[in-house]
Amino acid sequence: MYPGDLKYTKDHEWIRIGGDGPAKVGITDYAQKQLGDVVYLELPQVGRALKKGEVFGTIESVKAVSELYSPVDGEVTEVNSALVQSPESVNTDPHGSWMIAVKVTGGQGDLMDAGAYTELTK
Amino acid sequence: MVEFGGWDMPVEYSGIVDEHMAVRTRAGVFDVSHMGEIEIAGNDALKVVQHITSNDAGKLADCQIQYSALMTPQGTFVDDVLTYRLAGDHFMLVVNASNIMKDFHWIAERVKEVGGDVAAVNTSSRYALIAVQGPAAKDVLQSLTGVNLSTIKYYWFATGEVANVRVTISRTGYTGEDGFEIFVAPSAAERVWDAILQAGKGAGVIPAGLGARDTLRLEASMRLYGNDMDETTTVIEADLGWIVGWKKESFVGSDVLRQQKAQGTSRKLIGFEMLDRAIARHGYNAYAGGEKAGVVTSGTQTPFLKKAVGMAYLPIDRTAPGAEFEVDIRGRRAKAAVVPMPFYKRQK
Repeated sequence: MYPGDLKYTKDHEWIRIGGDGPAKVGITDYAQKQLGDVVYLELPQVGRALKKGEVFGTIESVKAVSELYSPVDGEVTEVNSALVQSPESVNTDPHGSWMIAVKVTGGQGDLMDAGAYTELTK
Repeated sequence: MVEFGGWDMPVEYSGIVDEHMAVRTRAGVFDVSHMGEIEIAGNDALKVVQHITSNDAGKLADCQIQYSALMTPQGTFVDDVLTYRLAGDHFMLVVNASNIMKDFHWIAERVKEVGGDVAAVNTSSRYALIAVQGPAAKDVLQSLTGVNLSTIKYYWFATGEVANVRVTISRTGYTGEDGFEIFVAPSAAERVWDAILQAGKGAGVIPAGLGARDTLRLEASMRLYGNDMDETTTVIEADLGWIVGWKKESFVGSDVLRQQKAQGTSRKLIGFEMLDRAIARHGYNAYAGGEKAGVVTSGTQTPFLKKAVGMAYLPIDRTAPGAEFEVDIRGRRAKAAVVPMPFYKRQK
């Protein structure tokens, strides 16, 4: 069920790295199920430099607040402002709901593939 | 599942928003068996109830209910309760799960003080409690009972059978919708629960958990003990003067309440709406004029109104509707404004 073209972190973010363009980052189906109904999303400014593991934003469901962690080193090139307006899409389409686009400069070495992530969340 | 007052309880079944909307538009069924019951009986029962609760239980007829408070001598909340008059010499207090033992010991001490022909008994284990809440609640429940539900007015109760099980049906709830709470023997509770869900299937009735119970009560501006009031806040500060029987003689806490009513208090519980895009939550600090002014007691993004609202204690000169203040949202200040409560009121 976890798409094979994504990589995953133990903090339950996914990242799609491919081609020459920036990578897209979101949270996994497991994460959205844990959170429940997502009602609020706070994302960084374009141009922000991120270290792997650094907090890049906040996601809130009705019942909880959770931080978002960067899966890689890089720079934010775009934020999904449409998703900020309708954050509930994270529940209905977690792997299609990207939050930020990142120009990756490193730190992608120890990301998990779909199989390893599925094991982690069992 | 989460632990709550010693009970394992579901936070959500199909999702807080889904359950919340079901209660606002159809109906939801809640297992609230964790609530406690303390019965006070004897020829002097009314005297004791009048002494220990804020409201005037002398106004109750048989089968009538009132919202009330158990208070300390300082006028602060030991608990908030519903007082049921089962008979002229027999009352039942429905109390919060986490306070059952505290309340019971408190009441037992007061009974000793008052003396006379009266006893208090903790009957919590005799009852499971199932709440059916929402615009479809009446029709769904009516299909399972011979009691004419239309004849039970808001904050009254009747006894009868639901799904052939002996129950007490009260027209009360904690959601801001029309609905009923059903007291049933624990051994028969599952049968009643299943029957209501089965009968409500066609109407889209679903089970609802603690999460939706909290968002529904907050949207309807009903206070939650432990969040919005406790032993450090008085009934007047919680803006619940309407549950005080002002015409009663002296009762526990009455001196402080009368004084606060006459002279005012330095702070008050208010409702607010966020102006900046942010959600204020329980425990977040409120600031006014750059200074710490109070604290948010409850707050969420409400699923039906789709607004970030909450309650907070603020200095009395900051409590007029429209008054703006700031909430510290994990290190960031976000603007909020005082608004009248309730946030949500159902159409009648």
